[in-house]
Formats: sequence, structure tokens, C-alpha cells
Amino acid sequence: MQLSFRLNGSATQWEDVHPGENLLEALRRHGCWEVKGNNCTHGECGACTILLDGIPVPSCTVFAARVEGRNVDTIRLLGDPDHLHPLQQAFLRHGAVQCGYCIPGMLLSAHALLVRNPHPNREEIKQSLSGHLCRCTGYLQQIEAIEEIAGLPEGAE
Amino acid sequence: MASRTVVGQSIDKLDGPALVTGQAVYTDDFTLPGMLFDRILWSPRAHARIRAIDTAAAECLPGVRLILHYGNVPRVAYTTAGQGFPEPSPYDSFIFDQKVRFVGDRVAAVFADNLIAAQEAVGLIQVEYEDLPAIFEPEEATQPNAPIIHDEEEIRGAFDPRHNLVSQLDLKIGDVEQSLAQATYRAEGTWITPYAQHVPMETHIVISYLDEWGRLVLRSSTQVPFHARRIIARLLDLPIQKIRVIKPRVGGGFGGKQEILLEDLCALATLRTRRPARIELSRKEEFVSARQMHPMKVQVRLGADSGGQLQAMEMRVLANTGAYGTHGSTVFFNTGSKTLPLYNKAPNVRFVGDVVYTNLPVAGAYRGYGATEGYFALECAIDQLAAKMGMDPLLLRRKNHIREGETSPIFIKLGEGREGVEQTVQSCGLDRCIELGMKAFQWDERRKKPRRIGPDRARGVGMSILMQGSSIPQVDMAAASLRMAEDGSFHLFLGATDIGTGSDTILAQIAAETIGVSTDRFTVYSSDTDFSPFDKGAYASSTTYLTGQAVYKAAFAVRNQILGIAGLWFKVEPGTLEIRQGVVFNQQGARLTLEEIGYRSYYLADQQQIEASASALSQASPPPFSAHFAEIEIDLETGIVRPLDYVVAVDCGVAINPELAKGQVLGSLMNGIGFALSEELLLSSRGVALNPNFLDYKIPTSLDLPRIEIIPVETNEPTGPYGAKSVGEICINGPLPTLANAIFDATGIQMKEAPFTAERVWRALKRNE
Repeated sequence: MQLSFRLNGSATQWEDVHPGENLLEALRRHGCWEVKGNNCTHGECGACTILLDGIPVPSCTVFAARVEGRNVDTIRLLGDPDHLHPLQQAFLRHGAVQCGYCIPGMLLSAHALLVRNPHPNREEIKQSLSGHLCRCTGYLQQIEAIEEIAGLPEGAE
Repeated sequence: MASRTVVGQSIDKLDGPALVTGQAVYTDDFTLPGMLFDRILWSPRAHARIRAIDTAAAECLPGVRLILHYGNVPRVAYTTAGQGFPEPSPYDSFIFDQKVRFVGDRVAAVFADNLIAAQEAVGLIQVEYEDLPAIFEPEEATQPNAPIIHDEEEIRGAFDPRHNLVSQLDLKIGDVEQSLAQATYRAEGTWITPYAQHVPMETHIVISYLDEWGRLVLRSSTQVPFHARRIIARLLDLPIQKIRVIKPRVGGGFGGKQEILLEDLCALATLRTRRPARIELSRKEEFVSARQMHPMKVQVRLGADSGGQLQAMEMRVLANTGAYGTHGSTVFFNTGSKTLPLYNKAPNVRFVGDVVYTNLPVAGAYRGYGATEGYFALECAIDQLAAKMGMDPLLLRRKNHIREGETSPIFIKLGEGREGVEQTVQSCGLDRCIELGMKAFQWDERRKKPRRIGPDRARGVGMSILMQGSSIPQVDMAAASLRMAEDGSFHLFLGATDIGTGSDTILAQIAAETIGVSTDRFTVYSSDTDFSPFDKGAYASSTTYLTGQAVYKAAFAVRNQILGIAGLWFKVEPGTLEIRQGVVFNQQGARLTLEEIGYRSYYLADQQQIEASASALSQASPPPFSAHFAEIEIDLETGIVRPLDYVVAVDCGVAINPELAKGQVLGSLMNGIGFALSEELLLSSRGVALNPNFLDYKIPTSLDLPRIEIIPVETNEPTGPYGAKSVGEICINGPLPTLANAIFDATGIQMKEAPFTAERVWRALKRNE
């Protein structure tokens, strides 16, 4: 089946989407390798998180067909290796990235939080990351990175 | 030390920009035309012989290209353990066997054009099993007339397979029995740890293909590319020359990927079909059929004199290796060798134990490597002893712990499944870890506060001290190659395996510091067996310490080459020159950039390659040290234990990159908190995993994070690169005893079985009423 939606801001048409295919599979099949984590497939680990109309959701729990006419953003929304988003820079500065597998999803949830609430407290930050499992880091360095960004004066991004 | 400009700096990970932008860096972020997809048929039986296997119906399914099972693969006994050669683990595994030994063992593998066909075909394979009596309790394994799990004639390297024994040891120093009988104070107990899984966010995955020369390429999420190459070559009777193992970025390992679990099947599929092939474990398969922490029962007996000097220590271990003995003896040896030297002044020591086969999931290497289970028992026994003496457990530890310039007879008696290596501790910041940790934690003040803080709530504080090692002395080798290009940039080629630890960055920092440049100039390749020099891989807390030494030597040689060329240019002795921030200066202050040297060397005069390789074999395994402190709150009505504050002071020598070192501490700490409070792979009485998913097997999330303070305690390890020791494993060992001791402090109850779930704590509280 055919699917029309906006992917990272660009009008996108896919011609060959299977009705039963989840968004994670469809994205990776179309070369969006930046969406990680096609092994839990139950929305439990959060690695495959994308933004659907600005809301973070695990893409393995969404049928591809459900995004017709909607906005899907992957980590490409934030930056590329030569132009990192301040949040991405802060993650690196704070040592919040080890294997990196969970990081794109975590960054998107953090970004969505900061869009919604530019100055979250620690509890709100913890809540925003709670759907993302990370075995390498222990979460503290991500929280500190987000706090640093949240503490910046308005408009610093 | 003050002159260092790169070592000791928390520079960003060199691979960081690629990781935070989601570049296609992992094994699976890659596809090839014609790739075959695999699903594996796993055994539903705990112990059975396969009478017949019928794949006819499965083969007829459109898209199915190959089905592998015991009847059509080579039969070679091997170990899945990715260890140095000859491996200290028994050769007790086969690609497929006519016998299955646990629920989750391999029966067959289907390769098809797509996953759906492969999965459907798995369901069409008919297998006739003849069930055999099975062993589900480790105590039953060594009983007379117990079923023999490994009755194959090819088995090699197990201690006594006819009695299901992978390893057995009885090491005695002095006379423990006599000393215990004479001791003024005694403590004893048996501490139990369950199956627990590594849970890397990226499960095991391999992609294989033939290159344009017909060589086999394995793109694998592995900690041990060189061991994988060697083991696959032997298994498939291929020359090592014909195999290339590429390690892309790895999505976490924690020891679970120090195993050759899928490469053999993928390689066989590619060799037989000439097509690329891919195998990825699902999360459930990772939980059940990958590897686990060894479930252990560790009995400890301690005896001390009236002054609190430890006189006797005995540790008795019963370790369950599951259906295969991978890492069985070495993990068990480390349970003693990484713990007992901590209290080196006890003259009487005994370390005794069995490692047994059962028809249960397979244990293997797990961050901490046996020390985790050992410290749970030892450090809880120390608190029990302190309680009997009425002494502050911190003071008891201070009276007895190892110090700089001291040794332990254990170092030489216990190695990696064999005797160890004599060593004197040359750097030990443990006394400062305890001092700084107790101050930051306010140990004395908190101990004075009331334990009961409400009708149903209590609080308590606990601590523990730890050591680990850095590399396997006189066994494992690491090498590095370093090359300068004409623009003054460097390529660092490593067999060392960055699995997320940041070792690529740390090793580049060591090279950059040695040469006198910044890490911006570095491109690091790790690892590709075609291009990387040999390295044992990422395990045994060895990369910074051991590979770091090789990198230092290679960089020192490259620096000398650069200075030699500059000396020709300046017409002076190279020894009179120095490199600062990428520029060579002579004594008059004249400058020569590395670019000028590079262009001269490659195009203009005295042309020569600027390049060096070096290798290192460690002679010692200098221990990092740590002190852990925690306060917990316990709900006496529900049994819920909540850690509130956690302080870790850690001596890892000189931290090459403090922020990355802190990340190692935090990650291992949270993993250890998971062991203490929630993590346990539950098994039915017939060996079926009951909770192989994230909803039922709880690893810590951001909501479980206590307030944490990390205190770096710098020492200078003279044998390490720039004074560095390891930091990757040690802190995973802390939370089990620290939180158990805090519960003991709060309630007077010693929790001797992990994890301390609400139910288990509640039951213990009820028993105590």
C-alpha cells in the first residue's frame, strides 16, 4: 500500500508498505538506519523511539499505515555529525553516551520534553527518560546533560 | 603530571558525533542483496536425545534455502568462550548435537529469503525427542547415579564430566579449621545469587558474506574478533587466512559477547549457499539462549581474634554453569582470586568449590566475572562479624584490608583456571577511598540516627570495599599500530574492541599525549582482523591498562621517528627536539609542523613511512579499589527497599578520561543495583524461563536512580600507561553487599538470597517477627 507523510520535515511517499508492517521495520527498510533497536519489538526498550507529531513513541508499536498524513521525526531532526544540536553536544560533554544504541531515542524524548517544558526539574527529566532502557550508563549523565541545557537562558539554542 | 595536556582530560568520545546522530554504525545497520535471514529452532526439552529430525515440510516452503541441524554440519568439540588459546574452558559444545541439554539449546537453523518464511519453516520441522533424566538443582549434579549431561566421548578439559564437574578445587593456606576453632569471633553463612542476564540493548547479531576474493567476512557484534576468527576457522576447518571478522560499533557487551554464539551458523550458511546471511537474536532468545551470570551458592566462614584481626577465611563455592561449561572454571577461580586478597592478613585461607553442569541456561562471562558473587558473601560476612564484635564494620575493614606494598598468597595460587602470578600491590588508594567516602557519605553521623523512622518504615546504612584486577597477567597480549599521514594526522589501528566503553577515545588520548598532539588528529579503527593488529579483545578489565601500554609504546616509537626526521631537517640530534601541540621545536625555538614533516617524509627527502607497531603482555594485574556506601529506606509492611543515597569512592589509578571513567562506574553500579533489587531470570521446575522479557525481568530505569556521588581517588600505578588501572568491572560488585548490609543495619536481618525483592524481604521480615 501507498503511504504519504512528512519525514523529518520532507514530504515522503512510500509505495510498498505492507499493511501489517510496523513503522520501525518500514523506516529501516527505507534506509532510516538511525532508528535503532529492532529486537525487543514490544515497545519495552525505547531504543526505536521517534517523534510522531512531536510526541515520542516507540516506532515498533506503531503500524506504518498509521502515520498517513502525519509528521514523523527521527534523530535526523536534531543534527548531523558536523552540526550537532546543543543537546547532542551536552550528552557527549557529560559522558552520557557509551555504546550509543539507546541514545537517539533518548535524545528525542529529551528534546520533546524541552520543547514542552523548557525548564524541567530533575523528576520531570527522570520521567521523560523512564521509557528508555540503557545498560551502559546508569542515566545520571544524561540527566545532568539535560539539566545543563534546561538551565541555559531562553533562546540559547 | 602538570604538563599533561590530553591524558586526564574529559574529551568527547571520538565516535560520539556518529552515535548521537544515529549513523549506520552497528552490525545490523547494513544490508546486502540476496541476504538470507535466519530463525533458530530451540529445544523445548531440558535433556533429550534427538531420535529423528524431519525437515522435508520445512524445506518445501517457498523461500527456504537451507536448514542446518546435527545431521548436516561438522561435528567438532569446542567452547563458545572467546578466550586466549588454548582456552581454559572445556570443549563440550558442538555446532549442533544429537543431544539437547537445556530448554533453549540449539536444534536447527533455517535460512530463508525473509524472516517470515524462516519463522514459518521452524514451525514445520518435526523432531522426535527421547527425554532423558535431567538435573535442575546444582546439588543434584554430583550425586551418585545422577544423569551425565556430557556423555560425549569428545569432551576435553572438564574436570570430571562423568560426575558433571566442570571444575573443582580445594586450595588451603594454613589451617582454617584450627584457626576457626580458636577464633574469638566467628561469622558464617551461605549467600545465593540467581541467573541474571547481561541485557545489552543490541542483542547478538552477525552478518556474513563472501568478499570479491571468496573469503568469508563476518560482521559481528563481538567483544573478541580475533578469538572469533580462530574458533570459527577450527570449527569449519578453514584457514584463518580465509576469514575476516569485522567488529562495527557494538551495542553493549558486558561479557555476553565474549562468546562465539552465532558466527558458526552464519558462516556455514554463507559457505553453503554463497549468499550473505544474517542472524539476530530476539530479546527472548537473548534472555534464554545467550549467556547468564553464574548462579552461585557461596558459603563463607570467618574467624577473628579479640582485637578484630582476621585469622581465618574460608569460601566454599557451588557454581552452576548450566548446560555448557563456558568460562566455568575461570569465573569460579575469580570468585576467590578477586576477593580473598582484599583481606591479605588472614594467615589461614581456604578456597574450595565445584562448578557443575545442570540442564539449565548457560552461564558465561559477566562483568565482575565471579567477583560479584564472591563479594556478596564475603562483605556480608564481614558485617556479620562486625556486628558480633560490636564494632563499626568500617573499622573492621580498616584493620584488615590490603595496602600498598603488600601482597597476598592468593595472587600466586589462583589464576585463570590455573595458578596465578605473584604480584605486589604497587598502587592502592583503598584507605583514601574509605576515608573520603565515609566523609562524603557522613557515615558516622548517619549511623547515629534512629533506624525506625515511622510505624512501617526503617532506614539503614551499609558499606563494602572491593578490588578487581586489570588484565590477565602473562596470558593475554594486546598490540597497536600507529601511522602518520602527510597532513600530520594519525591512524590508530587497534584489535582492542570498543563496545561502548570509549576505549577508542582513551587509547587515542594515550597516543596523542605521548606524541604531543591533540586527539582531533586521530582516526581510530577498531576492529577488523584484516587490518588491526592482534588484541585479545574487550574483557578482564584490560583494554586501558594493557592495550594502553601497547599504544604508548607504538606512539613513543612514532614520536621518535618524527623527531628523527625533524633532526635531519634541523641538522641536530633528535634528542634536543620536542613536540608541543603538533609542532616540533628545536632549542632555538624554530618550528616545524607535523605537516611539513609528513610531506617531507612522503614526497621530498629521505622518504620513509612514519609508522610503528608495538605489543604488550602484562606482568601483573594491578587491582583498582573502591569503597561503596549506601543508605536505604525499607517499607516494613511491603518489603520494598529503596536506595536513597549511594556514594562510591574509586581508585582506578590515573583516569585517562575522567568523564568516561565516571560512566563506567555509574553503569556498573546501576547494573549491580539491578542484581540487588530486581534482576533474576526465573525458571520453572522443568527449566523453562518464565520472564524472558523487559516487562517481567526488570533492569533499572531512570526512575530507580538514587542520589549518587562518585569520588575519584587518584593513585599512580607505575606499571600502567600514565598511571592508569582498570575501572570497567569493579563497581558492579558493590551494590549486592552494600544494600544487603544496609538492610541488615535497618532490620537486623541478613538477606542471603538475591535479589532483595519486596516479596523476599517481606518474607524475611515475617520470619523474624
